[in-house]
Amino acid sequence: MVNAITTENVNVFYGDKQAINNISLNFLKNKVTALIGPSGCGKSTFLRCLNRMNDVIEICRVEGKISINDQDIYKDQIEVEQLREKVGMVFQKPNPFPKSIYDNVAYGPRIHGFTDKKNEMDEIVATALKKAGLFEEVKNRLDDLGTSLSGGQQQRLCIARAIAVKPEVILMDEPCSALDPIATSIIEELITELKESYTIIIVTHSMQQAARVSDKTAFFHLGNLIEEGDTTKIFTKPDNQKTNDYITGRFG
Amino acid sequence: MTNLIKRKKAERRFQLYGIFAVSLSLLFVLTLIVNIFSSGIGGFYKTSFLMEIHFDQKLLKLEDNPSSEQIEDASFRKLISYNFKENFSQYSKDEIKQIKKLFYRKIDKETQSYLLKNPQYLNQKVELLFTASTDIDQIHKGNFNRNIPEKQRSINNFQLGIYDQFIETGKVKKVFNKRYFISGDSRDPESAGVASSVMGSVFTILICFLLSFPIAIFASIYLEEFAKSGKVTDLIEININNLAAVPSIIFGLLGLGILLNFFGLPRSTSLVGGMVLSFMTLPTIIVACRSSLRAVPPSIREGALALGATKNQVVFHHVLPLAMPGTLTGTIIGLARAVGETAPLLMIGMVAFIMNVPSTPLEPAVGMPAQIYLWSESAERGFIEKTSSAIILLLIFLIVVNFVSVYFRKKYEKKW
Repeated sequence: MVNAITTENVNVFYGDKQAINNISLNFLKNKVTALIGPSGCGKSTFLRCLNRMNDVIEICRVEGKISINDQDIYKDQIEVEQLREKVGMVFQKPNPFPKSIYDNVAYGPRIHGFTDKKNEMDEIVATALKKAGLFEEVKNRLDDLGTSLSGGQQQRLCIARAIAVKPEVILMDEPCSALDPIATSIIEELITELKESYTIIIVTHSMQQAARVSDKTAFFHLGNLIEEGDTTKIFTKPDNQKTNDYITGRFG
Repeated sequence: MTNLIKRKKAERRFQLYGIFAVSLSLLFVLTLIVNIFSSGIGGFYKTSFLMEIHFDQKLLKLEDNPSSEQIEDASFRKLISYNFKENFSQYSKDEIKQIKKLFYRKIDKETQSYLLKNPQYLNQKVELLFTASTDIDQIHKGNFNRNIPEKQRSINNFQLGIYDQFIETGKVKKVFNKRYFISGDSRDPESAGVASSVMGSVFTILICFLLSFPIAIFASIYLEEFAKSGKVTDLIEININNLAAVPSIIFGLLGLGILLNFFGLPRSTSLVGGMVLSFMTLPTIIVACRSSLRAVPPSIREGALALGATKNQVVFHHVLPLAMPGTLTGTIIGLARAVGETAPLLMIGMVAFIMNVPSTPLEPAVGMPAQIYLWSESAERGFIEKTSSAIILLLIFLIVVNFVSVYFRKKYEKKW
């Protein structure tokens, strides 16, 4: 088993407040890892450390070591833009750009200069949309605004947008929380397909979802990593009492 | 239940207040428009008289087939006197003098320009239109009561009689006053036009836009997207907001002190006027642009950042296009205010008597509001009408600018 991302002793502070306490957690390549835990436990904060999205928040400070392919992403070995090319992200609320569907998907490849030929770009866009399971629905209206799609389609468009940059890892921050059950099940199927080619780390509030889609699960509570391991083990016989209480719905 | 009735009553009462307020403001606007249009629309027309002119070659001292230069050099005074004597042969010398006063005093120049355009008139008798004097123009348009005692008017009874004769014989015409649109200011209401002030305003606003728009956008982007929040940024923000409330004449003083006296830029020019107005417009645009930038949802920024876009790319590819409609609205509001501004232009000397229509921003010019101000001070009755006509043009200009801005806002507006 190869690690896609390794983290060691990660601490995150918002000003004086510590949001993440000394977490060390590794993510296996081509597996789906779910981060679960009650609201405010730091799972989203931890996820956003992995592609340095926390840099946007001025008061946020990250300590510890996070490596991708043995490169420390918080050291100068890698530019943040290169990191985000390798580690894509899908957000809680679908956030397509108010541009055409085509331009939404083509934006990443364009800024990274993958190609300047029209037909090659068409190919990249079509492939990404196919992988995201959206191509059949939108192939005849690629010039429509991305924002004109339904919520579930928008989220799949955002996944296609992330895939188009050819990342190694895709981070998903509660990707289904704004979607209806049908759209959710489509995205969950998609996640299972995508792990063939990508390492996926998903933050979710829904334990059923974690159980359905993930291979590994990590349980966070109050900024601490309580327990991690195979999903089946976490959900059937967890070692920790807190984990047990959470997955049985006693708190959270 | 009684409570609900009370609440409903309050709602109805509030609606009535609203309707009252809206109708009152509509009434004001309507009064303004009716008043300005009724007194100003006549300024686009002028009264003219038909008169037969015999272009006698000898009186003009011209050779056969004269060149344009020769016609320009020729004196038309004698020709005019001769024609008046011919046309009004039954009157005495003194009476002819009075008849001549019914016409615009530069009738010789008008005759000259007819011949310049139609050299074939030479040695012919042609009936042509000549501009009436401003006093007759005002009487003909009904702006002046002819029934007041003779001593109180500049037109005497004999002249009125001649004018009535002209009307009876169908020699009085109301024609479109083209000169009003193509010539500059003049001491005579008959030939005064708005062209120099319109060009002055256009150059001033152009300079103002070219300076303030890019500077404001770059300042806003830097402050909103790149600058770290801190004491310095706060101080700058407070200052920009205060700057938006500074009386405009202060900016005029700034222009006088710095642009004219220190940098020695040419006085009375649109260039300096535009620079001074851009000081004034800058804070308005910055405030509008910053609030539009702030209104762009953070999710759009995060989406682009997560794809590996640099901050610069995020701003120029995503945030700025979305903030553009709001910024444009602010810009138009700022520019519309600048178009109507007089006070700062007074300080830098853009309130002069300009006869030439400026063709570059480096020539002395006057803006439309300053022109209106200058004319409103003139004693001649004809200028009252000119003033209102200029106000109509200014209003039309502002309305057009507003429609253009609405069009652009609608065009670039995007939903997310």
